[in-house]
Amino acid sequence: MAMQVKFHNVAADYKLGPIRQSFVLQSVNLAISSGTFSAVIGPTGSGKSSLLKVLNGLLVPKQGQAHIGDQVIEKENDKHVYKEVRKRVGMVFQFPESQLFAETVLQDICFGPINFGVPFEEAKKLASDVIEQVGLEQDILTKSPFSLSGGQKRRVAIAGILAMNPDILVLDEPGAGLDPKGKAEIMSLILNWHRKKEMTTLLVTHDMEDVAHYADEVIVMENGSVVMHEEVRDFFSDDQRLEKWSLELPNARRFQLKVEQDTGVKLPNICLTKNELVEALIKVGLA
Amino acid sequence: MNKLILGRYFPGDSWLHRLDPRSKLIAGVAFIFIIFLADSLQAFALLWVFTLFVMRLSGVGFRTYVRGVRPLIWLILFATLMQMLFRTGGATFVDWGPITISEYGIINGFYVFCRFVLIIFFSTVVTLTTKPIDLTDGIGSLLRPLRKLKVPVDELALMLSISLRFIPNLMDETQRIMDAQRARGTQFGEGSLIQQMKTLVPIFLPLFASSLNRAEDMANAMEVRGYQSGTKRSTFRQLSWKRIDTASLFIMVVLAGVLLVVRTI
Repeated sequence: MAMQVKFHNVAADYKLGPIRQSFVLQSVNLAISSGTFSAVIGPTGSGKSSLLKVLNGLLVPKQGQAHIGDQVIEKENDKHVYKEVRKRVGMVFQFPESQLFAETVLQDICFGPINFGVPFEEAKKLASDVIEQVGLEQDILTKSPFSLSGGQKRRVAIAGILAMNPDILVLDEPGAGLDPKGKAEIMSLILNWHRKKEMTTLLVTHDMEDVAHYADEVIVMENGSVVMHEEVRDFFSDDQRLEKWSLELPNARRFQLKVEQDTGVKLPNICLTKNELVEALIKVGLA
Repeated sequence: MNKLILGRYFPGDSWLHRLDPRSKLIAGVAFIFIIFLADSLQAFALLWVFTLFVMRLSGVGFRTYVRGVRPLIWLILFATLMQMLFRTGGATFVDWGPITISEYGIINGFYVFCRFVLIIFFSTVVTLTTKPIDLTDGIGSLLRPLRKLKVPVDELALMLSISLRFIPNLMDETQRIMDAQRARGTQFGEGSLIQQMKTLVPIFLPLFASSLNRAEDMANAMEVRGYQSGTKRSTFRQLSWKRIDTASLFIMVVLAGVLLVVRTI
C-alpha cells in the first residue's frame, strides 16, 4: 500500500527554553504522489530536516496542515494521530546507529514493530526477513548491536525501520559517513525496497549523484520553504539555474554537456547515469 | 529539561556580572553559613531584604528565580511540613498523638522554608551572573592551596569545565535519540510507572554509549595535542581581584556581624 503526502501552508518553529528559532518552515506547500521517490535538497539550515520531522509528527506545525494518507497533522492533534502517522511513516534519521540500544540485534529490530502492536513471534519473522534485505547474515541477529562495525550498525538501524513495514519511508542522508561502496549498497537496498513495496520515499541528500540515480522527483528547499518541485530530468536540464543555486551536475550529465560542446552533436535525451550516457552515445554514433 | 534555572547563566552586564567569580563563590558559600545565624523573625526579614536587593542588582527578573525554586518545591514543602507536624513547644493548636501543630512548629517550619528559598535564590544569583567557565576557573583558583596536599586541583577543575562544556551537546543528543525512538513508536509519559521507566532504557543506553565514545575521542584529542596531567599550566583567562570584590566580601562580613548582634539580644 502506498500513500500520498500533502503539505498545505505549513509553518513551524523550534522552541528551546528562552531561545526561539523563528519559522524554520514557512508556508510550505507540497504534494507528493504515492509511490514516488523524491530527493529533498537544499543548503544547511534550509529546513530539510524540519520538513521530515513534520511528516512524522515530531515537529508540530504552527500553521497549516500536513496530510499523510488520510491522517491530518495540524496545530493540535489527538494522540492516536501521532501513533497512526508514525506507524505509517518510517523515519531513518541521520546517523541512525545512535538509536540502537537493545541487547541483541533481533530485539532492536523488533522494537518498532512491537511498539506498533505486532506480536513478538511475527516481529521475529519480520526481523529475519528484513536482516537479509539489508544484506546481513542471519547469525548477526543474536549479536549485540554495540559489537558491530559502523556499516553493519547502520544497516541494522535501517532494518529496524524497514521492519515496521512503513508506507512512507523518510531518510535523512542514510549514506553519510560511510565509504563509497557501503553507501552505494545502502542506497541500492533502499531503492529495491522502495520498488518492491511500492513505497513513497523521501530522501534528504547533498549528493547530486544520488539524486540523479535514485530520485523521480526533486524538491529544493531554501530558507524554510520549497522553492522548486520538479521531475528529476527537468531539474537537471537547466544547468544555468543549477549554477544559480550552486548545485553540481551529476557526472554523466556534465560529461554529456562537455561532449556536446566539443563535438557539436546534440544527444537525444538528458543523461543522468553512466548507462544512459553510453546508450545515447552509441545511438548518435559517437561510441 | 529546559526548566532548570539553577546552574544556568544569563548574560548581562550588571555590577554582579563584573565581580570576580572567586568573590561570588566565597560569598555564596558564606551565605549558607550566615543564614544559620538567623534565629528570629527580624533576622529573617533582614536576610530577605538583603537577598531581594542582591537579586535586583543581578538585573534578572524575579520570575526567573521563582522558576528556579519550582523544581525543588516538594522537597522544601516536605521539610517545612515535617517541622510543622512534629515539633512541639509553645501553644499547641492541634494534637493528634505524635502529630502536633504547635507555635514553635509553625515558626520553625517558616524558618526552614525561608532558609531553603533564600539559599536557592542566593546561589541562583551566583550561577546566573557567572559564566560556567569563569565559575570553574574560580573553583580551580580557590582550591589551589590544596595542591600542597597533593590534591589534583587542576585536573578537577578541568574535569568540571569539560562536563559543563558538554551539557548542551548531551541535551541535543537526548533530544535526537528521543525523536528517533518516538518515530519507532515509543510514547513517553504514558502508562504505568514501570512502563514509563521502561521507555527510558532506549534513551539512556544509546546516550551512555555515545558519551563513552565521545569521552574516548576527547581523551585522544587531548593526548595528541600534548596534554599531560600534573604539569603546571598558565591560563588563557586571567582572574583579577578588584577592590569591589573585597568590598562585597566586606558586606558579607557586616551582614554576619549584624546577625550575630541580633542573635545575642
